[in-house]
Amino acid sequence: MPPVTEHIVKSYEDELNRLVAMITNLGQEVTSQLQKAIQAIIDHDLKTADRIIKDDPKIDRLEHEIDDFAVRLIALRQPVAADLRHVIVALKISSSLERIADNVGNVAGRFTELKKNSKLEPLKTIPPLMNLIEEMVEGIMTAYITQDDKAAYELWMQDDEVDHLYNSFMRELLTYMMEDPRNISPCIHMLIMGKNIERMGDHITNIAENIHYLVHGTLWSKDILADYKKSKGRIKKKAPRKGK
Amino acid sequence: MLTNTPKLSVRKLSLFYGRQQALFNINMDIRKNEVMALIGPSGCGKSSFLRCLNRMNDTFDTVQVVGNVLLDGKDIYDKSVDVVQLRACVGMVFQRANPFPKSIYDNVAYGPRIHGIAKSSADLDAIVQSSLERAGLLREVHDRLHQLGTSLSGGQQQRLCIARAIAVNPEVILMDEPCSALDPIATARVEELIDELRERFTIVMVTHNLQQAARVSQRIAFFHSGELVEAGETGDVFTNPQDKRTQDYLTGRY
Repeated sequence: MPPVTEHIVKSYEDELNRLVAMITNLGQEVTSQLQKAIQAIIDHDLKTADRIIKDDPKIDRLEHEIDDFAVRLIALRQPVAADLRHVIVALKISSSLERIADNVGNVAGRFTELKKNSKLEPLKTIPPLMNLIEEMVEGIMTAYITQDDKAAYELWMQDDEVDHLYNSFMRELLTYMMEDPRNISPCIHMLIMGKNIERMGDHITNIAENIHYLVHGTLWSKDILADYKKSKGRIKKKAPRKGK
Repeated sequence: MLTNTPKLSVRKLSLFYGRQQALFNINMDIRKNEVMALIGPSGCGKSSFLRCLNRMNDTFDTVQVVGNVLLDGKDIYDKSVDVVQLRACVGMVFQRANPFPKSIYDNVAYGPRIHGIAKSSADLDAIVQSSLERAGLLREVHDRLHQLGTSLSGGQQQRLCIARAIAVNPEVILMDEPCSALDPIATARVEELIDELRERFTIVMVTHNLQQAARVSQRIAFFHSGELVEAGETGDVFTNPQDKRTQDYLTGRY
């Protein structure tokens, strides 16, 4: 379980906390990029889409700062046990978050390519899909900060929903392409937007797996989810007793 | 070369200093050719435990040991056991290098002489040579074997003590913080030596240096208030300790 007791060396404790704060900050930046992208698509706002692309290096910089800080922490503090897991997981989560931001950048890029086609009907499917991702990113960051493994499992499973929406979006695009060959070019851009959003969901499942490792110290396996689903069944049955 | 047959088996071991109990019902297996590191806060009983393994505690009248320590299945606390023979079989290296005020040669030859291991003086020469060699010291002292052991540097003295311990062909070597008085380079030499010695001996080592325990041991045992809290593969304990007390101690939250 996560160490609740404070470290004897206060500056070490501060550094570990700072690492969490840096990840949280990166998570917020990624969420803000997502929100901007959603709004840009809804408002057909190509300028905002452009700004998302221009802001991506800032996110890369945050990731580098986290990497640098974590490497120094390993070198200078030689963390072990839960502390070590904390640092390793910070490295992995920062990279997943940065990849999500890249995906957002790609979505924005493809959106600017659409230009006059930016009002095409199937595009309406994208904002709700990205809204779901945005909620999941916020959820996974909370799960990380509170080291809530169960919330992480729930979010892991929520990726099925993303995949489902992505598949139906693909079918929708196919219909449009078959209807009129002039739709093919913009639909390909939208297909790639969809693919990028689907990838964001995969990065979120990776973060969920990292949270499991952070909390339990064991590597992720499919059994974990099966066990969780089983235990959830039991908890549900016992739910009425919780009241006392 | 790790085998699963325990070299040492400790069963229900308790130790009392007078009326005060210092160890509580310890059960532990130490495998052949492994380095087992004992860690824990000061006063947790790890050194007392180490001394139980070659009956060093016998030297104090007030100490009482209950339980069994089996060396290759034979109880070392059995009345028939010759304690001198036992200590040749289970050697010890202490925190502070403690060479005898004799020559380097005589320091190493001392054990083989009193145990009558060497058949001739050539034999004894060979034992001294090979022990110094195995302790990684021969190259540094080969031309001054008749100088005082105490004239060596701290790190060399500690390796001399290790040479002295292995000269009587022990099977187990107990080490009580063997590097705590050494600088990082001398420490690295001793750690490298421990790694080499593991091929022939079983090593049980007390250390306060957690990183050292991580570097040299295959398994680790965490003691707290006279209890064995947790023992396991070193890699497992350092990444995912099972007990909160181990977790807190390893991460400096104790």
